Amino acid sequence: MAGNLLKETFPDAVQKIEDFRGETSVTVDAGKIREIMAFLKESEKLCYDLLLDLAGVDFNDCTPRFMIAYMLHSTKFNNKLRIKTTVAEGASLDTVSDIWLAANWMEREVFDMLGIIFNKHPNLIRILLTDDFVGHPLRKDFPVKGRDFDKPVQVCLEEEQ
Amino acid sequence: MTESRYMTINMGPQHPATHGVLRLLLELDGEIIVKAEPHIGYLHRGIEKLSESMTYPQALTLTDRLDYTSALSNNLAYCLAVEKLLDIKIPKRAQYLRVLMAELQRISAHLLWVATHALDLGAMTLLFYAFRERETITEILELATGARLTPSFIRIGGLASDIPDTFLPRVKAFVDDFPKRVDDYETLLTENIIWKKRTTNIASMSAEECIQYGITGPVLRASGISYDVRKAYPYSSYEDFDFEIPLGIHGDVYDRYLVRLKEMRQSNRIVQQAAEKLPNGPFAAVDAPLVVPPSKESVGRDIAALIRHFKIMEEGFRPPCGEVYASIESSKGELGFYLISDGTNKPFRMRIRPPSFINLAALPKMIVGQMVADVVAAIGSIDIVLGEIDR
Repeated sequence: MAGNLLKETFPDAVQKIEDFRGETSVTVDAGKIREIMAFLKESEKLCYDLLLDLAGVDFNDCTPRFMIAYMLHSTKFNNKLRIKTTVAEGASLDTVSDIWLAANWMEREVFDMLGIIFNKHPNLIRILLTDDFVGHPLRKDFPVKGRDFDKPVQVCLEEEQ
Repeated sequence: MTESRYMTINMGPQHPATHGVLRLLLELDGEIIVKAEPHIGYLHRGIEKLSESMTYPQALTLTDRLDYTSALSNNLAYCLAVEKLLDIKIPKRAQYLRVLMAELQRISAHLLWVATHALDLGAMTLLFYAFRERETITEILELATGARLTPSFIRIGGLASDIPDTFLPRVKAFVDDFPKRVDDYETLLTENIIWKKRTTNIASMSAEECIQYGITGPVLRASGISYDVRKAYPYSSYEDFDFEIPLGIHGDVYDRYLVRLKEMRQSNRIVQQAAEKLPNGPFAAVDAPLVVPPSKESVGRDIAALIRHFKIMEEGFRPPCGEVYASIESSKGELGFYLISDGTNKPFRMRIRPPSFINLAALPKMIVGQMVADVVAAIGSIDIVLGEIDR
């Protein structure tokens, strides 16, 4: 139902509606993400007021490379919807952190782990890793053991200096 | 000359009341907090990344290390996600045992919470009582699972094994005794004037604010919104059990305390029903031979079973391509797993929705404008576990 209503309201922006194991996912254009999210939240027929989760995925060899999934829940109608959008490498996506304050930390984590930039995010800095960390670990080309795992660790004692 | 009248202080990462390695940067105007900024990540182990290099059964062991106060709930959430992907049916006995264990684990997590929360606020007595009951639960769970903190007992397709004969009598003895114990806790705190003064109207969140911040679990329900995954999207036969969702009104620290205490009583009811109604039957799916390993006896007798066992342990299994999101009501809130499968034996992406992480994001909103001594009450009331926040 939510998918069809979205298709009617945004005929150009909705790319795909999938149903798998009883879950509906709607793939939408990245450019329209803010309008669609605001509509889903404010619309009286849908009322998806709770942003449960925001996940970033790296499809390494696909173009566009990244996918962002938003998990929504409606406390009024008690149902869930997943909105997906794709982001190319080097491209950015508009933030939804002013629509849901919950998205603030979630977007920071996606930025930290995948390096996706969210436009107009109030505080887009790393959240779990240190500020001087190089790279984005959840990208598929980031080695599981870390970048310098096979190189010998250089220990320099104070007396030797 | 103008000088800043604000003082910045650093709370944590090594601070007993931050329940782990949470660091808070507080900006104070006298004793009033004007700005608060949580710094997290000290316990980051890259669980989401690690799971991508493990087979589905192997990745289960990582979930124990998320919220280490309720490991069985994490196991359950992960297994539900993989089972949804595989589309397999779990026998009733396994479902009931899962519910029984998850609810015992919830009681144990809430006991740990009430003990440490009261200790933070200066009521030390409760710690000894709550830890006594928590120890009983840990022993009961150890009896069945063989481990105290990281059981990995709920497996994809069912359970690791059936319960021993001595398990149910001990559960029943605990369940009969426990409501009296909760009464005891309540005599210590509920009408205690000091406790009330330290908790009422502290760190209040309205229902709208909670929704805005994506808060779930007891913190959301203390603000009066009746969202509980067990009722909203029943999993593992929760629809068979009779229980209520306790709600608060003001959404302050005191209401969160009341909600959690009532939740313990409700969990106790669920455990009692699950133990009474526990059906006979297999403890793991019988019609999923590629997922559930064969029994020890058949491995000893049958060469085909031995090969199958080896294949499941060594290679795992290959779920169909697709993506699922499965969630449970853990003791902290909605714990969800978003799994993407590309048809291989390893998860392509495992995203964990950690309730503590998202609840903690609202901490600055709760404590700005409050006194510095109330920070400890606010942190305690969210019930954070850093293992889950940092992953």
